[in-house]
Amino acid sequence: MNLLKRGPSTRLVNLRNFPFFSAISYFVLFVLYAPLALVVFYSFNENRTAQIWTHFSTRWYTDVFTNTNVVRALKNSLIVASAATVLSTALAIAAALGLLRMGRRGSTFAMGLLGAPLIIPEIVSAVGTLGFFLFVGIPLGHVGLIVAHTAFCVPFAMLPIRARLVSLDRSSFEAAADLGANEWKIFTWVTLPLLAPGIMAGALLAFAISLDDFITSFFIAGPGSTTLPVYIFGMIRSNVTPAINALSTLLLLVSGLTLILSYTLSREKNQR
Amino acid sequence: MTLDLSLPTAHDDSKAPGKTSKWLAAVPMAFLSFTVGIPLIIIFVYSFLARPSMGVGVIWKLDLTHYVKIFVQDKLDGTRSFDTRYLKVIWNSFFYSGLTTVGTLVLAIPVALWIATRDPRKRILLVFLVTLPFWTSILIRTYAIRQLLDEKGVLGKIATTLGFSDNFQILYTPTSTIIGLVYTFLPFMILPIYASAERFDFRFAEAGFDLGARKMTVLFRIVLPQIAPGIIAGIALVFIPGLGSFLQPDMLGGGKTNMIANVVANNYGQARNWPFGSALSVLLCLITLVATLMISIAARKRKEAKV
Repeated sequence: MNLLKRGPSTRLVNLRNFPFFSAISYFVLFVLYAPLALVVFYSFNENRTAQIWTHFSTRWYTDVFTNTNVVRALKNSLIVASAATVLSTALAIAAALGLLRMGRRGSTFAMGLLGAPLIIPEIVSAVGTLGFFLFVGIPLGHVGLIVAHTAFCVPFAMLPIRARLVSLDRSSFEAAADLGANEWKIFTWVTLPLLAPGIMAGALLAFAISLDDFITSFFIAGPGSTTLPVYIFGMIRSNVTPAINALSTLLLLVSGLTLILSYTLSREKNQR
Repeated sequence: MTLDLSLPTAHDDSKAPGKTSKWLAAVPMAFLSFTVGIPLIIIFVYSFLARPSMGVGVIWKLDLTHYVKIFVQDKLDGTRSFDTRYLKVIWNSFFYSGLTTVGTLVLAIPVALWIATRDPRKRILLVFLVTLPFWTSILIRTYAIRQLLDEKGVLGKIATTLGFSDNFQILYTPTSTIIGLVYTFLPFMILPIYASAERFDFRFAEAGFDLGARKMTVLFRIVLPQIAPGIIAGIALVFIPGLGSFLQPDMLGGGKTNMIANVVANNYGQARNWPFGSALSVLLCLITLVATLMISIAARKRKEAKV
C-alpha cells in the first residue's frame, strides 16, 4: 500500500531523468527565442550593417516612425485588423451559439466548413480570392482585405468562445427564464456577459492573426492598402537595413502583448 | 478531419432557455462558403481556361493543356519532351515537408514529455513559452532565421572564430530552408504531443521501470504508443501545412528550393500565367486532401486497433 501513497514528485523521479530530455528541452526553448531576441537586439544597433554592433541607438525607430510609407502601412494594418476582428468575432459568436444546438452530423459538417481556412493551403485561397475579386469587379483595397481576413479569422476567434460556451453552467439561463426574462434578454444580460472573457480572448486572437498575415495580404492588397507585413517583405527583398529589425520588433511587441492578454483571459475560465 | 476542433456537443433539442436557434450558425457558414468556397471554384475553373496573350487573368476559352504542361515541355522547335522541372518542385514539397516533420518530431517528443513531467505550475509557463511563437508572424520568424544564418551573422562569426570554415554558407541552400521550416513548425508539433503526454498516466512508465525495463524500452514500448494520438495530430499539423509552405523556401532557399506554393505565386505574379498557376493550385489542394485523408485513416486504424 505504501507504493500508492508516494507523492507525485517521487513518483516521477525516474522519468525526469530520461537521458538528454531536459538538455534537449532547454536547447529547444533557447532556439525558439534566440533568433527573435537577436532581431530585437540588432534593432538598437547604430550601425548601418545590422550585424556589426557599434553602439546603442534608437535611430532606426526614429527612421521607422518618420517614414510615411511605414506609417501608412501600419495604419492599413490596424484598420484591416480591427475591422476583421469585429466582423469575425461577431460571426464566431453566432457560429458557436448555433453549433450548440446542432446534431452530431450537422455540427461535424459546420465545423468542417468553419475550419476550412485552416486546412486549405493559404496560397490557394489567396490567389483564388484574387481571381474572385477581379472576376466580380471588387477593387483591390481595404474592403477586399477586410473580407478575406475576416474569413480566416473566424475559426481562430471561435476557439475560445466555443470552449467557454460549452463550459458554462446552464442553471444561470434557467434562473433567468424562471425570473421571466425572454430569450433576447437572456442573450444580452446573461449569455453575453458570461461569454465575455471568451469573446475577448477570441477577438484578440483574431486581431493577432490578421495583423501578422502575409500571404493573403500580399496577393490582394492594392497599391494603397499595403499592410505592414507586406511592406516588411518588400523591404527584406529590396535592401536589408536595420530598420527592418526595428519594425519587426514593433510587430512582435504588438502581437506578443495581444497574445498574453488573450491567454490571460482564457485562463480565467479555468479558475472559475 | 484531422483538425478536429469539435468539443462535446449537447444533444438535447428541447427548447432550453439561453439556447439560441441553430440557424444562427447559418450566417457564418454562408459567409465562409462565399469567401472560401467561391475562390476554390474559381481556381478550379481557371485551371481549364486559356491564358490571354497579354496581361493577367484568363480568357473564357477551354484549354486543357495546363495540366499536361506540368509534365511535358513544348520546345521552341515544336517538339515535346518530358519535363522534370515541376516534378522536382512537387518532390521538393513532399521532401522538405517530410524532413520538417521528422525534424520537429525528434525535437518535440523529448520536449513534450519533459514539460508533461514538470510541476503543474511550471507546465503552464512552459506551454505558454512554446505557444507564444506559434501565434507570431511567420514572416518575422523566417526573417529572424535568415539574419541568424547570414554568413556575416552570429553563427557565421562563431563558425569562423572556431575555425570551422572561412566561408560559412548556409543561407540560400536547402539546409537553410529546412532549418527555417523546422523552426517555424516546431510549436505545431510540441503542443499536440504535450496534450497527449499530459493525459498519460506516468504510473504505467513507473511500473515498467519497477519490472526491470530499461529507460529506452519504457520510452519506446510504453510511453510512445500511449501518446501516439498526439504524435499523429502533430504530424497532421506539420506535414499538411508544410506542403503549402511559401515564405521559408522563398526567403531562405534563394530560389533553389522552390515548393509548389512558390511556383503558384510566381505564376500569379511575374510569370503572369494564371491558368497554369491555378492548375498547380488544384494539384496542391489534391495533394493536401490526400495527405489529410491518409493521416486520418492512420489515426482511425490506430483507434480501432486499440478498442
